[in-house]
Amino acid sequence: MSLIDLSGVQKWYGEYHALRGIDLQIAAGEFFSLLGPSGCGKTTLLRTIAGFEGIDAGTLRIDGLDMRGVTPDRRPTNMVFQSYAIFPHLTVAQNVAYGLRRTADGREEKARRVGEALEMVGLGGYGGRRPHELSGGQRQRVALARALVLRPKVLLLDEPLSALDRKMRETMQSELRRLQRQVGITFILVTHDQEEALIMSDRVAVMFEGAIAQVASPQALYSRPADRRVADFLGAMNFLPAEVRDGRVEIAGLGACEVEPEQVIGAGGMAEAGMRPEAMTMLDVQPGEGLREAAGTIADRAYYGDMTYYMVELPGVPGHVTVSMKNRPGSAVLDVGAPARIGWDPRAVLLFPA
Amino acid sequence: MSRRWLLLYVVLYMALLYAPIALLPIFAFNDGQVIAFPLQGFSTRWFEGLWTNRTLHSALWNSLVVAVISSVLAVVLGICAARASARYAFRGQGAVMGMIMVPLVLPEIIVGVSVLIVVNTVLGLPLGLWAVIAAHVLICTPFAVAVLSGAFQSLDPAMEEAARDLGETPWGAFRTVTLPLVAPGIVASLLICFTISLDEFIIAFFLTGASPTLPVYIWGLLRFPADLPIVMALGTLLVLASIVLLTMAEIFRRRGAARAGRKDSGGFL
Repeated sequence: MSLIDLSGVQKWYGEYHALRGIDLQIAAGEFFSLLGPSGCGKTTLLRTIAGFEGIDAGTLRIDGLDMRGVTPDRRPTNMVFQSYAIFPHLTVAQNVAYGLRRTADGREEKARRVGEALEMVGLGGYGGRRPHELSGGQRQRVALARALVLRPKVLLLDEPLSALDRKMRETMQSELRRLQRQVGITFILVTHDQEEALIMSDRVAVMFEGAIAQVASPQALYSRPADRRVADFLGAMNFLPAEVRDGRVEIAGLGACEVEPEQVIGAGGMAEAGMRPEAMTMLDVQPGEGLREAAGTIADRAYYGDMTYYMVELPGVPGHVTVSMKNRPGSAVLDVGAPARIGWDPRAVLLFPA
Repeated sequence: MSRRWLLLYVVLYMALLYAPIALLPIFAFNDGQVIAFPLQGFSTRWFEGLWTNRTLHSALWNSLVVAVISSVLAVVLGICAARASARYAFRGQGAVMGMIMVPLVLPEIIVGVSVLIVVNTVLGLPLGLWAVIAAHVLICTPFAVAVLSGAFQSLDPAMEEAARDLGETPWGAFRTVTLPLVAPGIVASLLICFTISLDEFIIAFFLTGASPTLPVYIWGLLRFPADLPIVMALGTLLVLASIVLLTMAEIFRRRGAARAGRKDSGGFL
């Protein structure tokens, strides 16, 4: 049985339909992410699970119990807020001990649990500090310790890494994964950062406009998106007009090929072909075997150190397609304006209904 | 050149503000009944007079009672209003908050006469300190709301939510998290309301009945010029008391700000 079970959950703010029928099951011990652009309802959904927002229709069960009318203090969930919400008038240890105020533990047992929680997030010995003496990353750890010390069934994280700089964010990403494996608690993470969701999660729900577009593992999400919006939101995807003719697909600018049924997304009709930038290659840089060839012109180039992105104009196609190339020692970097020979693999093509 | 003019301007400005107050201690220690130069020599007899004047003591006591009760009531009402306007969006919010703030600009004489009519004619009750307290709550509440709104608005709503999430009841979350965080605002608004009520004259004059507050008593003294130096002595003590009080409040505020790690933004001093 799943730990969290949402079925037909709806939420209105006046005229605004924030959640449009959410069906979702999350298993115990999962690292689950809610991913989507701002305003898609992911934070509302998280706050619904925490109990800060009521729901207008549908049911929410946690551990088999209906959560209707159950206030946040009585739910087996704890939250790490986007602003961390560390109490500035209390020390680090008092912050972590806050949730233990109403437990039956004795004074020594509480102190032991607080020390243990701080140790777990790497803040052993910081108990006497004041929150304003800590860095952003350390405050984040205090917020984690404060929530985990209560041993919740579910830990809810509302964009916890968005306020950190890039290096710190990467450290905390692996730290969070490690913590989650260590404590075995279900983590639900809200993020708008697709990379973060892919790196950290067992499964990801992609949300648009108050509804879930797809729930899948990171690999499945990337390699077989449920629709064009998901494909576009996760990573980069080149879209080209395509037409199905005599059982073959005619892709504008690239040419014709045959595709397997599993490369077709959704119901047929007029189609659009999608290809990831890394599924194509610049043959003058890196030849490949068994590839189809197409010709174009290099319109622009972006050099990233480890990668080079080529923007290539194809005849008869508006705009350009992006081809990403790994930079190996000694590999050439092509000039803007030069003719380009693109190699592409028909097996990497995805077909979307237009 | 321009710096010299600027300095002169500052000196004049300060003189205009504080010269009248500086006169208080000068005449309080002057050994003469007439408030006029030249001075007559040093004396502390007006302070001794203060010590023995029973009517003055009861007037001071009345004022303190009125000021304490009305400032506490105004601040409690202010906390409710400020939190409601900061945390919730409700129908008619702007109108309600506007109505609460209106007494800020209402002439006190209007408030005095209106409350007098309500107490005397409509309710048919005797006048007294309770009527002064009621009217002072009315004029102090907007000041309390103005100060407290800032405190509540700058409070992260996630603070109270975090407390709830960690197992506290709504009241427990408010008491252990919200109240300590807005405490500097509460102290500031208490001080402001206390000061407003303590020296308020017009309303007290209308409503005080047989037991005058201090300002009403002092006004009565003006008819007896012989007692005027006593008023000077009293004024000296009041100025001293307010300096001590404000200094204490500022120390308290800075300590709170330092503890919470906030930037010192000047406070109310």
